[in-house]
Amino acid sequence: MDFFNVLILVLDSTVRLSVPLLLACLAGLYSERSGIFDIGLEGKMLAGAFASGAAAAVSGSAWVGLAAAILVSVFLALVHGFASITSRGNQIVSGVAINFVAAGATIILGQAWFSQGGRTPLLTGDGRFGALNLPFAAELRDVPIIGQIYSELLSGHSLLVYFAFFMVPFTWWVLFRTRFGLRLRAVGENPAAVDTAGISVAWLRYRAVICTGILTGVAGTYLALAQNAGFVKDMTAGKGFIALAALIFAKWRPVPAMFACLLFGFLDALSIRLQGSPLPLIGKVPVQFMQALPYILTVILLAGFIGKAIPPRAGGVPYVKER
Amino acid sequence: MAEAAIELIGINKSFGPVRANRDINLEVKRGTIHGIIGENGAGKSTLMSILYGFYQADSGDIRVAGQPVTINTPNDAIAKGIGMVHQHFMLVQNFSVLENVILGMEGEPLLNASIAKARSELERLEREYGLEVDPDAIIEELPVGLQQRVEILKALYRGADILILDEPTGVLTPAEADHLFRILGQLKDEGKTVVLITHKLREIMAITDTVSVMRQGTMVATRTTSETSVEELAELMVGRRVLLHVEKGEAKPGEIKLSVRNLTVRDSRGVTMVKGVSFDVRAGEIVGIAGVAGNGQSELLEAVSGIRRAVSGTVMLEGSPVDVTGAAGPGDLRDRGLAHVPEDRHYMGLILPFEEYENSILGYHDEPQYQKGLFLDIDKARTEAAQQIEKYDIRPPNPRLKTANFSGGNQQKIVLAREMEQDPTVLIVGQPTRGVDVGAIEFIHKRLIAMRDQGKAVLLVSVELDEIRSLSDRILVMFDGRIVGERGPDAGEGELGLLMAGVEAKEAAE
Amino acid sequence: MSAPYAKLPGWADYGLIPLINLIVAFAVAGIVVLLVGENPLRAAVILVEGAFGGGQNIAYTLFYATNFIFTGLAVAVAFHCGLFNIGGEGQAYVGGLGVVAVALTLDGTFPWWVNFPLAILGSALAGALWALIPAFLQAKRGSHIVITTIMFNFIAASLMVYLLVDVLKPAGSMAPQTRTFLEGAHLPKLNWMLDAIGLPVRSAPLNVSFLLALVAAFVVWLIIWRTRLGYEIRTQGHSPKAARYAGIGEARIIIITMMISGALAGMMALNPIMGDQHRLQLDFVTGAGFVGIAVALMGRSHPAGIVPAAILFGMLYQGGAELAFEMPAISRDMIVIIQGLVILFAGALENLFRPTVQSIFASFTSTTPAVPATPGERA
Repeated sequence: MDFFNVLILVLDSTVRLSVPLLLACLAGLYSERSGIFDIGLEGKMLAGAFASGAAAAVSGSAWVGLAAAILVSVFLALVHGFASITSRGNQIVSGVAINFVAAGATIILGQAWFSQGGRTPLLTGDGRFGALNLPFAAELRDVPIIGQIYSELLSGHSLLVYFAFFMVPFTWWVLFRTRFGLRLRAVGENPAAVDTAGISVAWLRYRAVICTGILTGVAGTYLALAQNAGFVKDMTAGKGFIALAALIFAKWRPVPAMFACLLFGFLDALSIRLQGSPLPLIGKVPVQFMQALPYILTVILLAGFIGKAIPPRAGGVPYVKER
Repeated sequence: MAEAAIELIGINKSFGPVRANRDINLEVKRGTIHGIIGENGAGKSTLMSILYGFYQADSGDIRVAGQPVTINTPNDAIAKGIGMVHQHFMLVQNFSVLENVILGMEGEPLLNASIAKARSELERLEREYGLEVDPDAIIEELPVGLQQRVEILKALYRGADILILDEPTGVLTPAEADHLFRILGQLKDEGKTVVLITHKLREIMAITDTVSVMRQGTMVATRTTSETSVEELAELMVGRRVLLHVEKGEAKPGEIKLSVRNLTVRDSRGVTMVKGVSFDVRAGEIVGIAGVAGNGQSELLEAVSGIRRAVSGTVMLEGSPVDVTGAAGPGDLRDRGLAHVPEDRHYMGLILPFEEYENSILGYHDEPQYQKGLFLDIDKARTEAAQQIEKYDIRPPNPRLKTANFSGGNQQKIVLAREMEQDPTVLIVGQPTRGVDVGAIEFIHKRLIAMRDQGKAVLLVSVELDEIRSLSDRILVMFDGRIVGERGPDAGEGELGLLMAGVEAKEAAE
Repeated sequence: MSAPYAKLPGWADYGLIPLINLIVAFAVAGIVVLLVGENPLRAAVILVEGAFGGGQNIAYTLFYATNFIFTGLAVAVAFHCGLFNIGGEGQAYVGGLGVVAVALTLDGTFPWWVNFPLAILGSALAGALWALIPAFLQAKRGSHIVITTIMFNFIAASLMVYLLVDVLKPAGSMAPQTRTFLEGAHLPKLNWMLDAIGLPVRSAPLNVSFLLALVAAFVVWLIIWRTRLGYEIRTQGHSPKAARYAGIGEARIIIITMMISGALAGMMALNPIMGDQHRLQLDFVTGAGFVGIAVALMGRSHPAGIVPAAILFGMLYQGGAELAFEMPAISRDMIVIIQGLVILFAGALENLFRPTVQSIFASFTSTTPAVPATPGERA
């Protein structure tokens, strides 16, 4: 049973660690499916985390924090949208720029407003999204296996965790069962087809980047108000890029995106759990190798050695009417 | 029957300095198939894109069913019952047929209901017009002919009464094209109006009721198809332009320098564009390849110059084979004395942001003569460029000026100077005077004749029939990837026009 | 490619528009300064004084600029080939291995002037090899080089942590860093040069790698504009179609360009490791690889633009440190914001002001006939 307990613990932290990845990954999915590449997920998530931490600290309400995060993150998404859609600039360059602005601004403003070395004040109570206990979690705790899975693994997470996992089928539904989703997928593949069908390419893409902004805002909020008790500088620590890797890994599809994020979250949880202790059969695996594994796997995937990841055909290219 | 479905009055459209449409008037009668014919670049597609709201005219009026209308977006056109099948299909490749059909016409925000409705409507349309296609098939898995059917279904699903088809048979096999024509006939019987844009005379004669001819952005004539002839249309299309007379003496053909046998080439989409072509070019002659653009000339040029790998066939330069199906690249061919003036001056023949002198060594930059130790011999390149500028009268005479700042004619002279001054054995030239002013055309023609008289083997590809006729010593006509005939330089315009349109020589004689 | 070929004179294209972009970037940064309750103008004065106020300050400014010249050149070389190398950070980090490979083995054997050229080779080689894999995957398998180089930054970070913690750290030491080099792997300082022109320097890390950076800038100019290779790189970058026509092998050019780019990024490691810290420690690159992107964009990928752009960023780093001292609300992270804004306005939004400038020029030229054609001096 000891192994089982450890497994439950590792899986539980897998869920917690994969949530920010999942939210950011789904965020990127909306943008990239519409043909706007976004390597600025990291920056938007970070800005969202800071905004939520700051607003929650001032207002004492996690919900105000969430709203602030979404607002700030959507603003940055619109900057990216303006550069990529209206100004037809280089999407990669724009994403890089947003990452830097967010990295610098969160620290400067955090220090100026709260003077805690770039942190926002420690949050308690209503300032955070605390754990929710599912019904009967306590009662079922003693039921072997199933009870443990229910009460330890499924119950006791913050609202945002459930939201993140709810977003997976929801995104699938939006993408494949709504008019917006149909058009979104179409514009990322062939914007000319959308244009000749009488739909505005620009407005459609702007809506897509707004979706991205909302979800990165939630991802940031999760980091600052659920996983932690406030904003810490550089708290995204590359998660935006792992999310991007997961998106490629999932070939831009929502359900595989969830599994890719869980896989990367699991690798993270495992490396924390192992802390350099030896694995059966393999022996001692350096912690750093585990940390690099998501990136290594993505490179191997991109090289086409495990199936080919083909991005949306119109991705990265500003739409100009054919002359 | 006499009621006009569409009237275009005084349409003008310019793209920068290019006047794509000048003062166009056009009336299309309801319930007819109206053909618009003209060479590539005559302005047909632009005109129809204006009607469909994809571009806005600079001036002019549009009337649909007698009512003046403003069409600013495709949506306006759709609302007025105008549908268009574009030359390059506007389909989302990884969508199903059904998804493509409903895109933009989904109705409600949720797809379930609209999909069900679309499915039954689609089935009705398929039955009614004989347009069978599996609604759940994925576009990229369908053959081109069926993809086009989806485009037609898209237009009909949007309630189109007027259907514009832009070069619809360009990508079809003859059998698929025949099927398309039957469908168009059926649409006409149902009371729809069809506008067919094409450059193929055969299609015009086969199915249209009325035909309008466009040339260089203007509408030159409208005829009732039954009252005109292929000859008349060919002449109207090509036009009796002032023949630029080129002084040239008798050719003195020597030995064979370039020999092509059974060359087969595919384009980047995998479509076979050159189908077993064979010909020879001798020293001291110009062989012209005439044909309407898109009949495989570009791919032929690219394969012979080593840019595009051929599928099969052989090419011999001065009697020894060149591995055009394998390893031979443009550099190898250049080393063996083949110079190439490419059709695409802007992106292939020149690098517009480069200074003039830098372009004067493009492709030859790796030759020992331009190296000085570790470096490029910039001084030599600049000196030579200055000499070429003088010899070819390139203006402004500044080798340090960015190439983008030269006019079209001067840009072309830069390419010609580079290729001719390397003293090649074989010179292949694609569209040497496209987008070039009259003065430069004369100059370029004289240089080409001079090359011939120096004993070079010259292969000339041009869609300008005048150019082919006035320069060539032998004329090969290319149609649908094949050489369909060889004529002397004295061949009549009409005769060549018919060959170019794919009408068999025998038919033409009758 | 969507940008119309500007009918702008060279000075407007290479001077005026970048200047406008820069001014806007700084104006937005000024708003951030206002947000934290400080006076942007006073901040600017402190910044400039902090960067150039004395020999000491100038030496530091140039020390930082050295890093950015290398990484800016690295990004620029790739740009010329139409490639976006975001991996400068990782390539510089791994380049550090090449430096310590020489320094740790030979620092007791040879004097610096023998070890320095060897370390140059080592760092360049290590950086080039780290760029080789993404280059190969782009050239042969079509993997997007932007994504692979980002991934390689993270892989490099993990690799270096592992090596420093588990391999290179001397036994018994706690800090994740190599041992301190002996005298033979210390680069001579250049402070005497500033002393000589009457700008005394107390102690600053400015060292001979600054001169190496200037040489590298010149060599990059030579390669790009004076050699066959550079000609081919630029051809490929402007028009892959023309490159095919000219018989230039696409895969070969991509791989060579990326290796040059990686080598330049790798050489950045010399400056902090042999010139200042005298050991390899964690995170010695501190974002210089990314600053290179801003520097290359601002310098329009030309060494003559990159060197001043690098000095500008060196100024921001050094002046920023002084600023943080005078105005505690503005830490050095202000530079990261400015860097982001420069990338945004000089890169992604570079065409934002162009139409306006063009129409101003057009209205100007319509009244004054015959604008003399200016030769594009910078190709």
